Amino acid sequence: MKIPARHRAGITILEPKGKITIGVGDVALREAVHEALEAGSTKILVNLKDVSTIDSSGIGELVSAYTSVTNRGGALRLLHLPPKVQDILQITQLVTVFEVLDDEEEAVASFAD
Amino acid sequence: MMRPELKVQVEVESRLENVELVHVAIESSLAELELSDDDAHQIGISIREAVANAIKHGNQGDASKLVRVELGIDDGDLLIRVQDQGVGFDENGVPNPLEPENLLRRNGRGILLMKQYMDQIEYTFQPENGTVLEMRKGLAVLRSNSAKQEEERQ
Repeated sequence: MKIPARHRAGITILEPKGKITIGVGDVALREAVHEALEAGSTKILVNLKDVSTIDSSGIGELVSAYTSVTNRGGALRLLHLPPKVQDILQITQLVTVFEVLDDEEEAVASFAD
Repeated sequence: MMRPELKVQVEVESRLENVELVHVAIESSLAELELSDDDAHQIGISIREAVANAIKHGNQGDASKLVRVELGIDDGDLLIRVQDQGVGFDENGVPNPLEPENLLRRNGRGILLMKQYMDQIEYTFQPENGTVLEMRKGLAVLRSNSAKQEEERQ
């Protein structure tokens, strides 16, 4: 599974679909973020609208991606959290780490700050 | 109506791709319980986390070692047992993933999710027979959540 990516105003927007779980979507997310970084993009927006399930492994990949991008002086933000993903981010207290947005226009504008 | 006799057993080799296999195999049995969407999701995640831990940490990824998953009804609870063939671990030695210094760690959130989503989780370490994890969730609440969801949809 390859995660679709599009580009807008210098931002890479990743759009995973379905599961980000151990052995299913976690590696695909890691590869997509790695590819974006290798291509020189340090502004990454992950649109989670079509993600049905995320487990601790998927959460771990998001955290790892966040750290990789931040360490390069960039920013990784999340867009359109489905309730089940929001719930897991609350439980793991990662809502305090990630910047989460509900509107793509606002999200894109936020990277210009 | 939930089947009081529900009993499912699945046994897999310790390969990470089997986490998905176990989840899919058990999902159809969970569907028979007519759980609410949220409960089905939370129980599914708990099973995934338990099996992933049994494969990765319990059996250390040794494919020749098995993970056995049982789903049943016991004493008014949905009971899920996950057994590996490993040597066990020190529960108190697992770092708290909510401590600020652990928040950005890649791993270590599985037990937290299981504790949050199930009513009770308990590890038993058996020197000869590996580690058994028992997770319980009360059927009364599951039935009530299911009925509430049904009402909301009507």
